[in-house]
Amino acid sequence: MGKGAEKERSLKVFISPPNSLILYDLVKRYGYEPLSVMREIEKKVRDPEIDSPPKNITPSDVREGLKYCAVEVPSGVRGRLSLLSKLIEEADLAILVDDPDFEFGCSGCARSNEFLKYLVYERGIPYITLKYPRNEEEAKDFVDTILGFLEKSRRSS
Amino acid sequence: MVVKIAQISCGTEYSGVQKEVEKAAEIVGAKIYVPEVGLEDVRRVEEELPFAPASSGLKTMLARMFTIVEGKTKPDAILLLTCFRCAEGALTRTIVRRMLQKKTDIPIVSHSFTERTKATNLLLKIETLVDMVEKEALLGRREQSGITIGIDSGSTMTKGAIMKDNEIIAYDWIPTVEVKALASKVMDRLLSKANMSIDKIDAIGITGYGRFILKELHPEKVKLAMEEVTVCSKGAAYLAERLDGDATIVDIGGADNKATTMHNGLPDSFSVGGICAGASGRFLEIVANRLGVTLDELGEIALRGRPDKVMMNSYCIVFGISDLVSSLALGVSKEDAAAASCYSVAEQFYEQQMQEIDVREPIIQIGGTSLIKGLNKALKDMLRAEVIVPPLSQFAGAVGAALLVSGLVE
Repeated sequence: MGKGAEKERSLKVFISPPNSLILYDLVKRYGYEPLSVMREIEKKVRDPEIDSPPKNITPSDVREGLKYCAVEVPSGVRGRLSLLSKLIEEADLAILVDDPDFEFGCSGCARSNEFLKYLVYERGIPYITLKYPRNEEEAKDFVDTILGFLEKSRRSS
Repeated sequence: MVVKIAQISCGTEYSGVQKEVEKAAEIVGAKIYVPEVGLEDVRRVEEELPFAPASSGLKTMLARMFTIVEGKTKPDAILLLTCFRCAEGALTRTIVRRMLQKKTDIPIVSHSFTERTKATNLLLKIETLVDMVEKEALLGRREQSGITIGIDSGSTMTKGAIMKDNEIIAYDWIPTVEVKALASKVMDRLLSKANMSIDKIDAIGITGYGRFILKELHPEKVKLAMEEVTVCSKGAAYLAERLDGDATIVDIGGADNKATTMHNGLPDSFSVGGICAGASGRFLEIVANRLGVTLDELGEIALRGRPDKVMMNSYCIVFGISDLVSSLALGVSKEDAAAASCYSVAEQFYEQQMQEIDVREPIIQIGGTSLIKGLNKALKDMLRAEVIVPPLSQFAGAVGAALLVSGLVE
């Protein structure tokens, strides 16, 4: 399945939680391009021009977040949005996981997560929302559903 | 000694302010560190605490709090930071602060930041934390000895006092214009009142905004230059003769406000605010000018007014004055307007400052605004607590500086 899919156009998939290694791996194995926060952060931390450790997000990045929400939205939310909204703008598909466990991945802020889901909805791209699996059976269904969603999108693209 | 400050926070890295936090600590010779936690620690929080924030960043804050409560890490001081206007963050910060204050004796301060927060905005808070740790022995001083001068260079007034063998023998204050020249003038007037020359003075202690530049006044005599939060609170406890037991010091200043809790004469927690001058003495000064009365008269007439007759509940000095002008145009009396302005300041102080500490009675009010009787009453009504205004309350900073510096004279 993976090899066949690689010959197709590689669709870009936004994943939420945006740093979930499991989702990243699933999408990658399928042959699509996962859009992860790690990629965005890597670009920033490698930029020698920026000196705002640890993530090199600057106050001007945070102000960029005003494109999506008002100034009364906390700066931490706007900073996350400035980083992650770029991924949504680039995405062809999105996989969203509700209420995930801490180690599955997180952006640290529940309000940011909620708003990112809305931005996906607003963009009008195909997306799937899944419940975080709590046992082995649910985990199998979880993986099957994601693969089914990716397969369906491959066929329709 | 490098003071180790544990940072318990959410959002600083995504707001681009982490570097500013570290810079502020570096300026005052402190070191910021983040207590390490693992997944198990975070999971344990969910099991043990009947409060579960949805954000994992806030859950991590609670896990870090537990590492301190359980003694797995031993910071000298704690800095709590969450994003400004984040309700979930503010609730978590309150819980973390309360639990840490209940279970440890570590000095702690909170701050809510925006992307515009700079090191300078954090400096006073971090400097105060460092002083609480580094100068604990000095802050324990209960009596003044020798002959010392204390100068409190505030944003509005420069205050000074000379103390000799635990007695205040001279005091004076003049409006701050040019920091150094005015402090020098206050000192000359103090020496003249005490009929002394500078040679007789054992040491000078300085505090307030102008403390950095005033070191140059008499470099050989200035042995203490310390931030105003600890110095004023020490002076307040001394003047009110509350060096034993609990107290909360309230200082509504010209540019910012402070609330400091004390136990046995030692400050142990505080909040500094004043994002808007609407909650400061400056606002009352403008109101007094608009009403054509002095600040003292404003306080007197406020006692005869009814605050509920005027809608004045603004967080902004401009809107506050606009409320005042509109009310006067509608025929509101000076007394009611004066009372409303005092209540407005007290209300904002209560909402912004007192929520960041656990108030301990009695309340000791100090600073120039403590002389405004209407404000004393407004605070008393708002806090529903005893409010003590000690004698010479406006000189608490100067007296605190004179008292503390005497501890540095051999």
